[in-house]
Amino acid sequence: MNEFADAPDSARRTILKGAVAGGLVGLGLSGLPFPAYAAADAKEWPQEAFKQKSEVDALKALYGKTVEASDKVSLDAPEIAENGAVVPIAVASTLPKVTGIAILVLENPNVLAAAYKIPEGTEAAVSNRLKMAKTSKVVAVVESNGKLYSASKEVKVTVGGCGG
Amino acid sequence: MASTIRVRAVASGDTTEVQSLIRHPMDSGFVKDRSGKLIPAHHIEVVQFDHGGKTVFTALWGPAVSKDPYLKFKFKGGKKGDDLTISWVDNKGASDSLVAKIQ
Repeated sequence: MNEFADAPDSARRTILKGAVAGGLVGLGLSGLPFPAYAAADAKEWPQEAFKQKSEVDALKALYGKTVEASDKVSLDAPEIAENGAVVPIAVASTLPKVTGIAILVLENPNVLAAAYKIPEGTEAAVSNRLKMAKTSKVVAVVESNGKLYSASKEVKVTVGGCGG
Repeated sequence: MASTIRVRAVASGDTTEVQSLIRHPMDSGFVKDRSGKLIPAHHIEVVQFDHGGKTVFTALWGPAVSKDPYLKFKFKGGKKGDDLTISWVDNKGASDSLVAKIQ
């Protein structure tokens, strides 16, 4: 039943923060002595990318590349967001070998809002909800075959998402 | 102890659609409380979804992701009855995880 007991890659034994290990045991994963499952790891978080103030800098920090526009990236966002604290945004792409999707809100204090890693076998699409400080261009970036492609849309915000 | 994670994973043919809702304040660090003090940033940094010993999706979130964040994505290879594991860690080092069954 417990496939983690067969986890073949001992390199995946990550030293888990006590809280995570405790959380897993507390979930009743039966306390069986299985190899430490590598849960979400804060070391993966691209700290520098999330600090950047411009699209170019954020993408350079995140992917080390520059981007070109593509009509094969679709960005679904409202024309007018009535509540800037919760703006539903979806990105999808028909580009091949997509490995990442990033969403930037250019008028936010830090432009990168979210980034996603897409392993092989996972669809190049994501739906999420983001905060927008004010009316802004939203840029969806897709990493495909090692290159970056984007689509953008201006989203009007009537009530800002930074609690203002 | 209730998990912060609610997930619905439904397999349809070869594709599993996953929707998750995680209870978390996702404080951006830009909002002030009633006394005028900034509420420090407190947000999830990484969310990971695993199936069959393999990571099928990773979310890297900044403070601009909305409170009680919602996520939807799809992956291939899951089938009804399989386990899907979701785990997250935030900028304060707190974390949670959940194993759900694909429906």
